[in-house]
This record gives sequence, C-alpha cells and structure tokens, in this order.
Amino acid sequence: MSTVAEMPSQKYEILPKTSEAGEPIGELLEISMGPHHPSTHGVFRMDVVLDGEKVVKLKPVFGYLHRNHEKIAENISYLSSMPYTDRLDYFCSMTNNWAYALAVEKLAGLAVPERAEYIRVIMAELTRLQNHTCLIGFFVQDMGALGTPLMYAFREREKILDLFESVSGARMMCNYLRFGGVRCDVTPDWLAQAKQLVDGYGKFLDEFEALFTENEILLARTQGVGVLSRELAVNASITGPLLRAAGVNYDVRKVDKYGIYSRFEFKVPLGEHGDIYDRYMIRILEMRESLKILQQALRDIPSGPVMDPKAKLRGFRPKAGEAYGRIESPKGELGFYLISDGSANPYRYRVRPPSFINLTILEDMCLGHRIADTVIILGSVDIVLGEVDR
Amino acid sequence: METPEQIKSRLETAVPDAKIEILPNDCPVGERSLLVDPVRILAVAKFLRDDPQLRLDYCSNVTGVDWPAAEVTEKIKVKQVVNGVENEIEEVKKTVRPGFLEVVYHLYSMELKHGPVVLRQRTTNRDAEAPAISLTPVWRGCEFQEREVFDLFGIRLEGHPDLRRILMWDGFKGFPMRRDYVAPDDFEYEPTPHDEVLEQAQKHYPPEVKA
Repeated sequence: MSTVAEMPSQKYEILPKTSEAGEPIGELLEISMGPHHPSTHGVFRMDVVLDGEKVVKLKPVFGYLHRNHEKIAENISYLSSMPYTDRLDYFCSMTNNWAYALAVEKLAGLAVPERAEYIRVIMAELTRLQNHTCLIGFFVQDMGALGTPLMYAFREREKILDLFESVSGARMMCNYLRFGGVRCDVTPDWLAQAKQLVDGYGKFLDEFEALFTENEILLARTQGVGVLSRELAVNASITGPLLRAAGVNYDVRKVDKYGIYSRFEFKVPLGEHGDIYDRYMIRILEMRESLKILQQALRDIPSGPVMDPKAKLRGFRPKAGEAYGRIESPKGELGFYLISDGSANPYRYRVRPPSFINLTILEDMCLGHRIADTVIILGSVDIVLGEVDR
Repeated sequence: METPEQIKSRLETAVPDAKIEILPNDCPVGERSLLVDPVRILAVAKFLRDDPQLRLDYCSNVTGVDWPAAEVTEKIKVKQVVNGVENEIEEVKKTVRPGFLEVVYHLYSMELKHGPVVLRQRTTNRDAEAPAISLTPVWRGCEFQEREVFDLFGIRLEGHPDLRRILMWDGFKGFPMRRDYVAPDDFEYEPTPHDEVLEQAQKHYPPEVKA
C-alpha cells in the first residue's frame, strides 16, 4: 500500500463519480502536497485525494526531519540534552527548556529559587507572545496576504528575540534554563526593557487586530471552516489553542499550576464553534492574557539567587525512578517522560510533542473542504516540523 | 484522585479476570503505575475512561520502553549447619530476567481535571513485532503515538486501524529505539549499477585472473 487511494477507506465513503443519470463525470485525483510546498511550514507532505476541488481523503506524511532525538538523549548526560531540546520547536526554545527542566526536577526532587521561577514565567510568556504573533502572520500569508502582515509580526518578534539574545546569547537556541534554576541572572536594565516592550505590545495587538479581526476575507475564509467538535478534540488528545477553541477549558497552567502560575491572575479564553476563526481569536486573547501575566511578574519579581545551591550540573545522577513533567507550551501540552536507572544518562527519554499529536485530526477537519482550505486548516493547527519529526 | 490501590480494587470488581499489578516508583514525586495483562487491557481502558469517578478521557502520552534480558541479583538468607552450630548465611542468587517490551500510557481527565494514572502493558518477549493491544479504539489520541511505538520499538499493536511506519520510511528494517539497535554506517547506501556490473564482470573471469 504505497498510495492513499489503495488504502482501505474506513470512515468515509468515496462517492461514485457518476451523475444521477448514471454517466461518469470524472475521476478522483490523488496529489502529493509537499514536502517542498510553501504552505506546509517545513518538510511536510499531505497525500490528498480530490474530487474536483473537494478533499475526500487526506493522509499526513512526515519524518523527513527525523533524527531520533530520543535515542541521542539516551546516550548523553541529562544536561547535554538541554541544548537539543531547543531544536524541537525552534520557535519556542524557552518553553522546551522549561518542560525538560521540570521533568528532571521532578525526577531528582530539586527546588527552584523564587527569582528563577519568575524569570521562567517571563521567558515562557514572552515566547508565547512571539509564537502566536508569528503564527498569525504565517496564517494570513497562507490566505494570500503576502508579506506585509508577516513582516509586522516579525518586527515585533525580533524585539522579543533581542531580549532573549541579551540574556542568553542566542536569539532562538537559547539553552537558558538549568535544573534547579536558570543559567544566569537578568539585569535591572533588562527588566526595564522587558517592561517597556510589554507596555507597548498591547498597542501593537490593537493595530494587528484592526487589520484582521473584522477583515472580510479573513471572515469568509475562516468562519465555519475546519470545525473540530468538542468530543473529538478531547478523544484525540488535542491540546493548546486548538482544544480551547473547541470550547474545552483545559490549560495546564491552570490545572497543574506548575512553577508559580497559581500566583497570577489570568483567564483562559474559550472558543464556541471550534472553527479556524475561533483559533485565531483564542490566540489573540491568549496574548492579551500573557501580557497581564507579564505585567504582574515584572512588577513582583523578587531579588535573590537564580540557582538552587544543591543542584549540581556535573556528575548529575538522579536516583532510579520515573517522572512525567508537562507544561503548557504555546502549541499545546509539551511533556517529557524520563526513566532513570541511577546512571548519568537517562534510561528512557521521551518527548510528548504537541504539534505531532495535534495532526491526528487533520484529515477529519479537512474532509469536505476545498484544497485551498486545507492550507489554512494546517496553518491553524500550528505545527513545527522540528517537533513533529524529532 | 484515587490512589492506585483504590483503582486496582475497583478494577478487579469491574473486570474480574484482569491481572493487575502496581509497580513501585522510587522517584519522590513520581506516580506508581498499573501493570495490566494485555488480554484484558481494552476492558480496563474502557472502564478507566467511562467510570464516573475517574473519567480519564484524555490519553496524554503513549510510549514504549525496551527492557532487554538482565541478570537480577537477589540476596537470600540460607540456614547452614557448620560443626553442629546453625548459622544464617546470606547467599547471592543470580537469575536471568527475560527481556520484554513495555507500552506506557499517561492518562488524565479533562472533565475532572485530575491525573495522571499510568497504565502499562508488557509483551512476553523481545521478538521483532512482538504483539500487544492497541488502545486507539478507546482514545483516538493514541493513533499516531502507537504508530510511532510500532515504528521505533517494533511492538505490533493489534486492533490499530492503520499500523504503518510513521517517522522512518516504509522500506526501513529494524527498530531504532531498541537498546541493542546498531545504526548502519551509511543509511543511504544503495547498490549502484556499478556494483552489479562489477559483480557480473567478475563472474566472467576465471579465479586466477581475479587474483
């Protein structure tokens, strides 16, 4: 079975291609979208069977970037995997670092100093801002608004990356968190710059929204397209903005209250219809909530150490056992599952990548829509192939 | 949230012939897991999902673990009579634990917002495509992750609707996440026409010319 058309059709019946009078009207067309297609956000392929322009079957094919991240991590020490986690979702290296650090801290029973917790929250929420901003830029580009909105998004993203660079030395591959804290402290100057950025971001969002939220083309292309029902979203383990757009109130920041998220006041925006427009709106609203968290964190950040003095980076050997740590990354629930056998390398290291699992329902969302809609449906899922393929 | 013991006792009344064992976890904050016999795991999974007190409707993480055969050392106290005096002597007994593969599920509840419950099933051996039971009929979210388990660990999950390789390519041989997997020197080696032509040419010549 090398092609989709040969595979057994289980859930969907392919309609006979005949008119009511019994004359044949055409045949199904199987096309391979990708792996080098501008709308697939990386090397990703969709095997699509089309009836005219309508999608009757769709299978995602990936693995082109597979380098077996998990196997690499099982052959190196715990700390050496930290820079590798940056490369999973290369837009959000800070949250990847955090998920991994959280799992190891759970495994080894390490505490995190107060100031480091605040720095982590600031970094994670800045990451969420730039991820959602860029995603909306890419997503309207998929709808044909070439260039300009994406450049606005990248302009703002670059300001956030400048902040990351000044604290960690790298724009995207930050490698900033450590087990039991963060690598180095932030300066008062940096905090003032971050405050300035956060204060100005609301205005940028207003401008951004003025471009899109009531835009006629965006409304026509997104409302009622790619609807994901609540039941299917839960059953298919969908997480992140996709799940909340379907109306399920589940945010790991609220449920697990990892780090110090219980101290901040913020709301979890929920969608009603589960269509693409809801997903767009959820991301805008989440950014506004992130700004609230950032303002509270930048106001309350205490002084003190940023590393647990008991945590040692060299010769780190946690006791035998296993732990699963998860956080709410911008794309959904990012989890790390670690089994230790008492040696310096993890016995089992597993990444639960949100965008990989969110692709499960891509076919269900695309069926019956036109081929042009699959492009924006895929755009609204928000995938990064570094994480899907690992 | 119920403890694993409570879940186990309720499961044993609901699914009478399920063999359930609670596995310890030495990690201070880690969760202990429920080891279920693959024969009844589908019924157990349905119970966990539909039970009103648990409602584990969200299967977050599915993964495999490879445990090759290992030597297990046990200390046993043996009574020995030496010169009419009875002594207790510790003897180290070595046994070989046969290898097996494991599939691990992390379950949460989106409705009741609790979890995780860790569910495990084990294969009987480490053969290529050792069988286990797929839980995709219960949680759709397992679909791609179980394909990955099949692809990288070589566990054939029976009942899966579309069990194909997902990250490696279709013609790939071997299971890269197994502990004893050795990567070939060159993944992209393909016999070139040159090799075939050379082989055929060499067959034409008598052995003394070859040398």
